[in-house]
Amino acid sequence: MSFVEYSDFIQDGDVAILYLSHNNVMPVKVQQGAQTQTRYGVIRHSTDLIGQRYGSKVTCSKGWFHVLHPTPELWTVALPHRTQILYTTDIAFITMMLELKPGSIVCESGTGSGSLSHAILRTIAPTGHLHTVEFHQQRAEKVAEEFKEHRVDHLVTVRNQDVCKDGFGVTGVADAVFLDIPSPWDAVGHAKVAMKKHGGRLCSFSPCIEQVQKTCEALQDQGFEDISTTEVLLREHDVRTVSLPLPDFGPDPETTEEATPAAAPNHASITLKTTTLPREMPGHTGYLTFATKPRT
Amino acid sequence: MADNGDDDNQYRIKEGDYVVLKRGEIFKAVQIQPRKKVIFEKQWIFLDNAVGQLYSTTFEILSGGNLKPNELKDSASPLDAVEAGTDNRNIVDDGKSQKLTRDDIEALKEKGLKGQDIIKKLVDNHATFGDKTEYSQVKYIKKKKKKYENTVMILKPSCRILAMMYHGREPGKICHLRYDTLAQMLTLANIHAGSKVLVFETCAGLVLGSIMERMGGYGSVIQMYPGGGPVRAGVESFGFPAHFHDTLHEFPICHVNALLAGTLDTSAKDPTAENTHEKQLNLAAEKEQNQPEAEEQGTPEEESMETNTGDDAGQDVEKMEKDKLKEAKAQVKKLRLEEKQRRLAATAALLKGRNADGLVIASRFHPCPVLLGLLKFLSPSRPFVVYSQYIEPLIECFKKLRECGGTVNLRLTDTWMRHYQVLPDRTHPLLLMSGGGGYLLSGTTVATDHSKPAGSKQAEEPAPKRQKLEDTEG
Repeated sequence: MSFVEYSDFIQDGDVAILYLSHNNVMPVKVQQGAQTQTRYGVIRHSTDLIGQRYGSKVTCSKGWFHVLHPTPELWTVALPHRTQILYTTDIAFITMMLELKPGSIVCESGTGSGSLSHAILRTIAPTGHLHTVEFHQQRAEKVAEEFKEHRVDHLVTVRNQDVCKDGFGVTGVADAVFLDIPSPWDAVGHAKVAMKKHGGRLCSFSPCIEQVQKTCEALQDQGFEDISTTEVLLREHDVRTVSLPLPDFGPDPETTEEATPAAAPNHASITLKTTTLPREMPGHTGYLTFATKPRT
Repeated sequence: MADNGDDDNQYRIKEGDYVVLKRGEIFKAVQIQPRKKVIFEKQWIFLDNAVGQLYSTTFEILSGGNLKPNELKDSASPLDAVEAGTDNRNIVDDGKSQKLTRDDIEALKEKGLKGQDIIKKLVDNHATFGDKTEYSQVKYIKKKKKKYENTVMILKPSCRILAMMYHGREPGKICHLRYDTLAQMLTLANIHAGSKVLVFETCAGLVLGSIMERMGGYGSVIQMYPGGGPVRAGVESFGFPAHFHDTLHEFPICHVNALLAGTLDTSAKDPTAENTHEKQLNLAAEKEQNQPEAEEQGTPEEESMETNTGDDAGQDVEKMEKDKLKEAKAQVKKLRLEEKQRRLAATAALLKGRNADGLVIASRFHPCPVLLGLLKFLSPSRPFVVYSQYIEPLIECFKKLRECGGTVNLRLTDTWMRHYQVLPDRTHPLLLMSGGGGYLLSGTTVATDHSKPAGSKQAEEPAPKRQKLEDTEG
C-alpha cells in the first residue's frame, strides 16, 4: 500500500480506510494484534484486516462495512483536521489548472493538514517532488509523520519556516506554486524565485475578496500573466424515488361505458426516479487565482 | 541571463510539433508544418518563422501571414497624456464620436500599421475620449486591443489548454464536457502513473489524452471502443513523446462478452520471432515468384522486340514493377493484420485478469449498459467515474448499481464554475457564466457479495434512525 501505488492485500503497517457508510469514513493504521472500535463493533486487525483483500467486507457484532485502499480523495474526507482543509472539488480544479503531472516539481504553502499535499503527491509520482512549507512546528511534524506512514516521504520535503520571509527553500526548480496562506501577496516574490526560469503556473487560494485583490495586484507587479480568478462549487444530487398522487376531478362525463372504473382515481399516482438537492449546500470555499510566470 | 542552448532546447518550437495558437480566450490546435497555411481568427498564417523560437512567445502577424516575434512590451500606453472626466452625465451616445471611418481604419491596416498604433489613432480621433472616466478609457482601450491587436501566442499543449479549447470551439465533439468537469473526473478516478485504466469515450480523444498526460507514460490505458476502430484524433494534439503510445491499447467492445465468457479466440501468431521468420520466408517466396514471371515476360518481350518500340519494353517492365508492388502491398496488409491480431491478444491478456485500477466513461452512448459491462474488469476497491451531459441516464445507473451491489460511495454531482474580474474598485463576477458542464457519477468498487443481491444499507432515502442489527449475509 502507498498513496501513490495500488496494492491488493492489506498488510501490517498499511493505512486503510474503513468505509462505514456514506459520509462516514475512518482511517486506520493496520497493526498486528491491534483492535479498533467502530459503531458496528470491534475489529481485530490480525484476523479481519491483515491478509484480506482491499475492498473486502468486514463483519462485526453489530453490522458490516468495507475496507478500502487509501486514495487522496478518501484521505481528504477521513483525515484528522488540524486546519481547515481543501476539498476534492477545488483540488481537482487546481491540479488541472496548474498542469500537474508525473515529474512536476511543486512548491506549496501552507501545508496545513496535508489534504492537497497528498493529492499533489499522487499526481507527480514517481519522478516529481513536492516542497511544502508550514510555519507551525507541530503541524509540520505531524504531516511529515503522515507522509512517512503513507509511504510517500521520498517524494516530499517539509520545511518548517515562514514562506513570506524565507521563501520555499529552493530556487528556479518549480513548475508550479500553490499558496493557501493569509497574506499571499507577500509570498508572490518568493514564488517567482522558486519557479523555473522558463516559466510555470501559480495558484493562490483565498476566502476573502480583499485578499484576492491584493494578490492580483502583486502578481501584476511581479510580471505574472494570464491572471484569472475563478471559484468552483460542487452540487451533490440525492437520487430518490418519489410517488406523486394524481388528482381526482370526478368521473369524466365524456367517457363511454368501456372506460374502466377499475383504475380508481383516488389510488392513482405516478412513481418516478428523480434527484433532489440538499437543503443547504456549501456555497463558498475560496477564490482560486491562477497566473502564468513568463520566461525570466 | 546567458541562455544555455541545450537547456532551452526542450522549450523551443520544432517543425512537426503539435502546438496551440492563442489570442485572448481563443485557442486553436495545429501542427507546425513547413509552408502550410493555417487559418486562425479569420486570418491566414504561416507558422514557419515560429520554428526555433521559444514556446509562449507572442508573434505579430505581418501582412502576408508570416510571423515575427513581438519584442516590445506596452511601451507607450495610449493613455499616458490623456485627461479624464468624472462621470457620463454629459456624454451622448450618438455614434458620431469616432472621426475615423471604417474605410480609414482599413486603410491604416493595409498600410501595415501595428495594432497598438491603430488604437492610438482611434483614441486621438475620438471626440469625447477625454470626457470618459479613467475606468471607461481603460475599458475602451481593452476592447480595441481585442479587436485590432494582430498577435498570436504559440503554446505547448496541455490538458488544461486543450480542454478549454474544445469547450470553447467544438463542445459538440466532446459531449459538452466542460473543463472543470473533466478536472473532477481525472481526480475522482485517481488517475496516476503506473495504474491500468479503462476508458470508454466519444470525446474526440480529449478524455483519453488527458488521462495519458496524468499517467506520464507509466502504466497502461486501454481504450474500449464501439464500432470499427478507436477514434482518438484529439490525442495527437497533446504532442506526447513516442513512448507514451506504447502504453495505449485498444479493445473493441463487441468482443467484451466473449472475453468475459472466456470464449474469445485470440489465436494470433504472437511471438514476434515467428513473425520475422515468416517475413523472411515470404520475402524469399516473393523473389522466387518474381523470377519465373520475369523470364516468362522476357520471352514474349524478346519476340515483340523487333516489332515494339522502346516504350513497349518499358511498359512490360512497368507491369512487372506493378505486380511487385501489388505483392508488396498484400504482404504489408498481411503483416498489419497479424500485428492487429497480436495487439488484440495482448490487450485481451491485460483485461482478462479483471484487475484494472480505474474506469472512466464519457460518451454519447447510454452510460448504464457501458458501466455495467465494464465494471466487471475492475479490481475491488477501485474508483470509477461516468460523465453524462444529461442527468437522467446517471439516475438510472445509480439505481442499477444500488440493486446489483458491489459499489460504495456513489455520488451524483455537477460543478458550478464562475469567473471574476479583479481590478481595484471594479471587482465583480463576470456577466456571463457557463450554464452547465454535465454531470458525474462516481463511486468505488468493493468485493462482490455473491450470497444475496445486496440490500444496500446506504439507502438513497434519508437513512433510518436505527441501524439494522442483523447481518445481511444469507
